[in-house]
Amino acid sequence: MNLHLKVWRQKNAETKGHLVDYEARNIPEDCSFLEMLDLVNEDLLSRGDEPIAFDHDCREGICGMCSLTINGIPHGPSETTTCQLYMRKFKDGATIYIEPFRASAFPPLRDLTVNRSAFDRIQQAGGFISARVGAAQDGNSILIPKTEADRAMEAAACIGCGACAAACPNASAMLFVGAKVTHLGSLPQGQPERERRVLAMVKKMDEEGFGNCSNYLECEAVCPAEIPVAVIGQMNRDYSVALLKDNL
Amino acid sequence: MSLNLDPKIPSGPLEQKWERHKFESKLISPANKRKFEVIVVGTGLAGASAAATLGELGYKVTAFCFQDSPRRAHSIAAQGGINAAKNYQNDGDSVHRLFYDTIKGGDFRAREANVHRLAEVSVSIIDHCVALGVPFAREYGGLLDNRSFGGAQVSRTFYARGQTGQQLLLGAYSALNRQIAAGTVEMHSRIEMLDLVLVDGHAKGIVTRNMVTGEIKSWAADCVVMATGGYGNVFYLSTNAKGSNVTATYRAYKRGAAFANPCYTQIHPTCIPVAGEQQAKLTLMSESLRNDGRVWVPKKKGDTRPASQIPDAERDYYLERKYPSFGNLAPRDISSRSAKEVCDEGRGVGPGGLGVYLDFADSIKRLGEPKIRERYGNLFEMYHQITGENAYQMPMRIFPAVHYTMGGLWVDYNLMSNLPGLFVLGEANFSDHGANRLGASALMQGLADGYFVIPYTIGNYLAPEGGKRPTTDHPAFKQTEADVRAQINRFLSIKGKRSVESFHRELGLLMWDYCGMARSEKSLTRALNRIPALRQEFWENANVPGNNESLNQSLERAGRVADFLEFGELMCLDALKRNESCGGHFREEYQTPEGEAQRDDEHFAHVAAWEYQGEKTPPIRNVEPLVYETVKLATRSYK
Repeated sequence: MNLHLKVWRQKNAETKGHLVDYEARNIPEDCSFLEMLDLVNEDLLSRGDEPIAFDHDCREGICGMCSLTINGIPHGPSETTTCQLYMRKFKDGATIYIEPFRASAFPPLRDLTVNRSAFDRIQQAGGFISARVGAAQDGNSILIPKTEADRAMEAAACIGCGACAAACPNASAMLFVGAKVTHLGSLPQGQPERERRVLAMVKKMDEEGFGNCSNYLECEAVCPAEIPVAVIGQMNRDYSVALLKDNL
Repeated sequence: MSLNLDPKIPSGPLEQKWERHKFESKLISPANKRKFEVIVVGTGLAGASAAATLGELGYKVTAFCFQDSPRRAHSIAAQGGINAAKNYQNDGDSVHRLFYDTIKGGDFRAREANVHRLAEVSVSIIDHCVALGVPFAREYGGLLDNRSFGGAQVSRTFYARGQTGQQLLLGAYSALNRQIAAGTVEMHSRIEMLDLVLVDGHAKGIVTRNMVTGEIKSWAADCVVMATGGYGNVFYLSTNAKGSNVTATYRAYKRGAAFANPCYTQIHPTCIPVAGEQQAKLTLMSESLRNDGRVWVPKKKGDTRPASQIPDAERDYYLERKYPSFGNLAPRDISSRSAKEVCDEGRGVGPGGLGVYLDFADSIKRLGEPKIRERYGNLFEMYHQITGENAYQMPMRIFPAVHYTMGGLWVDYNLMSNLPGLFVLGEANFSDHGANRLGASALMQGLADGYFVIPYTIGNYLAPEGGKRPTTDHPAFKQTEADVRAQINRFLSIKGKRSVESFHRELGLLMWDYCGMARSEKSLTRALNRIPALRQEFWENANVPGNNESLNQSLERAGRVADFLEFGELMCLDALKRNESCGGHFREEYQTPEGEAQRDDEHFAHVAAWEYQGEKTPPIRNVEPLVYETVKLATRSYK
């Protein structure tokens, strides 16, 4: 199949970017979206041009590194991540817009790559349980009913790609933060730090320049890990309780 | 000059070695720990857990990863589970059984004392991960759930859906984050280690490249911990992440660290077959699927009927036929080779005949589709995304693919390489899996090394080293930096016509054909002739555009592929010199009449540790004999 691409090219954070037209020719239907870009890059190289920079690593939908906005949607028409999108989802001759994940807290690096370290800093603020190595009791001494373990797992599945913030008109990271708050808050081990955690993570999220949720639910729609938007409600609930107790 | 390969195995009975060693290891007081700086390269399971634990103990840790966040390391992609000798199922498991299964699974080519320690600490790993909030699967009563894995007849594998690696890595990442917040660990992402710095023969620092700005920088420390993963991408197509590479370990090798058993590579039996020439990587389907899936091919050659039209009597469930007691759960090397055999016979399925069926029809009939969906839903979904096929209605097609590398830098019982001050953890070292790794043991080893071994053993090196940390003004740093810069300039000045990727692809194909699932003197000799020519062409004709002072993915790739082009040769050489078959290393000349691997314990019950001699001189093969005090060497049988 042949495709018309409009790809965001940007030399670095200091220079302005713009869309550049490319033709992708003879692309097999069974190839993945990123393999299509590999082929385009090989073509650019052979013509003496610099290839398009884009982030990717595991290419099996779990590392969260790939981060393309395709036709205006983070991860495009894929049900999961960009790397799990296959060209059979597109029609021959289609025009495809390829841009980076955009959010003010994700500054651009080059072409389609952005800096998402704000997510790391939010996790550093409180996304953990303070358990010292060697101090743990037997794993089975903490009984966790299957339904609760499943709920924690559902929220813990977040891959930290940032599609939620990129899709949100407010560039809100509340699905991302809510996922960690819900994961650890659903487990008995997470209770001692539950309030500190949510206060610290929300504070950091605000400082990093992410917006608030106003229920567009775009985040849930694009989330490759199917994190339910209910985690935002859980986070807000935990936050209110914690704030109230903190002020007492 | 021959290397000192003293494994420093503690004396005493096997079961008491680790306890005794912990007691005899040197302690460093809390006030003094602060004075020691440790560099950790790589933040996968081994690196993140090591950095977090060393930081928690009070050392000053500086950690590096080439990804944009430590959470992206490829440990995240491990699906099936993590082994531990908990015996929660009351099915006869024990530390000794896990130890024995691992030694046997590794075809009696691993170091006894290391493996026993691994089995011992496995139980603490589960406890610690639970404490960190890892959401392991639970039964309705709240107890931890287990599943079975290849090479074992007990259920000792703990799991979190099909994303166990992700959950364990995120657990280690959270522990790391806690230390970053506490100020004990300084984390640097998108920074790649390009060389190791030796001062008076000791590893005292590294030189890195900032992948965004191109800055080349030296970092000094009291010791260096490398947890930089395996080298499976030497085959180009593998289940590794695209970024996984051999550069850190290979450059340490060029600085004098011995590289052990590079020919031990694991070909995983259950991956999605290659679909076309443009394919950039292979995707694993967790081995756990073999709990409920049955592997088969048609009995007749060239049978192109759809699976549904082939009656049961005309199917060959070859694993169940050949290995009745382990059946579909035979170890990985054996399952992979069996798949190759039936495909070589012309009985393979799918395009090109390079595939076998993994069929869930019986399990769906027995347990119902919802149960199968609950167990493996995400894997079936992934299979559907990639192939467009619905595995609930037709069998999956699978084929072996390169997955893990058991070889790595040589380490002693303290996990220190022959270079004092250089510690190597996780897949990057060689010590625990012998010639074949059992499923769900990689996660166990990575976390054992990082959480429970290195925190104890690092003191043995550091305690007498107080006050010896050099600064980056030392001439050794200046020289190493200059070497790194010179190599980068060399890449950028080739200005050839052929892409780096195409060289990598060609090398990969060559390695797969000549040093893959089956090797022979003939194929290896051929590879050893062809690799130098390919390498020469690379240095004359590679196209590396752009400059150093920007985000330049072509330049990053060039460095990694240049190292693979040298490393591939070392692998073939190691495979050629090991005149036996063992585990993942199958030499066609050495097989039993039934086609099983034939070991030669008399001549090869040893570790081969290669010593670099410079560009023009072949490396030296040093030997560490494997002394078995407890286990009796036996022919592996899974029948």
